[in-house]
Amino acid sequence: MNGELKVSKIKNGTVIDHITAGMAPAVLKILGIERGCSDTVIVAMNVRSKRLGLKDIVKVENRALEAKTVKKIAIVAPQATVNIIRDMEVTEKIQVELPKELVGIIRCPNRNCITNSSERVVPYLIVESHDPLSMRCHYCESIVEGLAAELLL
Amino acid sequence: MVQGPKLDWRGRDVISIRDLSREQIEDVLYHAQQIRPDPTLLQGRVMASLFFEPSTRTQLSFATAMQRLGGRVIGFSGTEGTSVTKGESLQDTVRTVEKYADVIVMRHPLEGSARLAADTAVIPVLNAGDGANQHPTQTLMDLFTIKKFHNRLDDLKIGLVGDLKYGRTVHSLATALTRFRKITLRLISPPTLRMPPSVLRELAGLVPYTETDELDLRDLDVVYVTRIQRERFPDVEEYEKVKGAYVITLKACEMLKPNAIVLHPLPRVDEIAPEVDALPQAKYFDQVQNGVPVRMALLKLVLLGS
Repeated sequence: MNGELKVSKIKNGTVIDHITAGMAPAVLKILGIERGCSDTVIVAMNVRSKRLGLKDIVKVENRALEAKTVKKIAIVAPQATVNIIRDMEVTEKIQVELPKELVGIIRCPNRNCITNSSERVVPYLIVESHDPLSMRCHYCESIVEGLAAELLL
Repeated sequence: MVQGPKLDWRGRDVISIRDLSREQIEDVLYHAQQIRPDPTLLQGRVMASLFFEPSTRTQLSFATAMQRLGGRVIGFSGTEGTSVTKGESLQDTVRTVEKYADVIVMRHPLEGSARLAADTAVIPVLNAGDGANQHPTQTLMDLFTIKKFHNRLDDLKIGLVGDLKYGRTVHSLATALTRFRKITLRLISPPTLRMPPSVLRELAGLVPYTETDELDLRDLDVVYVTRIQRERFPDVEEYEKVKGAYVITLKACEMLKPNAIVLHPLPRVDEIAPEVDALPQAKYFDQVQNGVPVRMALLKLVLLGS
């Protein structure tokens, strides 16, 4: 193999590259295809990467990502790049970026937080640090640390 | 105390000590020191006291503060008999109450409820405790008491004793102390009840601290004691063993400097021996008394401005 990556190209769709190693399943969940879909999905895990050491890659055919989805990916894979593919060519390359405020993207882990009660209120977390990732709930001030895939809405 | 520049307090919410700068904290303490009962100052103003869970000191001292400034108090303590038991949301309760009142003082069992109320209401909201999260007026009265007896909030050695893991008062006090200079903290607790890493990270680079499980009160200017609760321990024996090691007894107080002060957010159970009350260093009842001027100052500031 010589460390060479051999994964089929896709004709049209999205390639999410430089995913934190091991986080591909979380990205599939964000994309809503963890239980499969009708289009081609290619997943590579623990691939060698100059930048990250090891990385995961997810390729999805015939799929464009919404801005909210990109924000969610940034939480589990802050180094990821999103490549838009048209006719086998990369037409756009986006570096995911974690916004300062995450509204309706991730829930607060504190079970006693007002956002986890019957009150109608959208979870709202503020990113306090990118590396290491640390977020604080706007309401209860609880801290969320690390790549919190299980808290994504 | 030196009064800083005029700060814009009118209409402001006070939800978390985290929202307050050193300048703002000092401004509240300055006004708390200056304020005197005045039956005309808040005449015609109404404070809504929404205590979704009962409290003795906080509720009574807010009501006293409002009445000493000539204002009126409406509200409830416990939700029995209110629309809340019929399923009314907090946001609807707040929207309704703000039609009757000029300021809301709220205690609620859920963390984050005070911030939600403040985001919902047009009138100012003062947080009187939201679950295990924040109780900013408690921290302000703690700071007021320290300032009153030491005449400074810089250059102090402060010991926090007891349950540092779950104690909301010690977390808020530690956060507030990062606003001041030359503070050193001695964190005295059993290993299982140490200060959470999130609070320690806030101290990093601002407030040097040491952690110990030994009740060493030497050289401290302030000893802040909190209760170790039985429900934090899986077995009673372990609790009894740990609890006894952190009781402030007359013997333990022999380590205290003559001008040290011992504080406690109260209610006290048995973490400070009753004999200690007679010592000149015992200041926890002064501390509770300071709740009234601090709350008078806050009510005046958010309703009338500086």
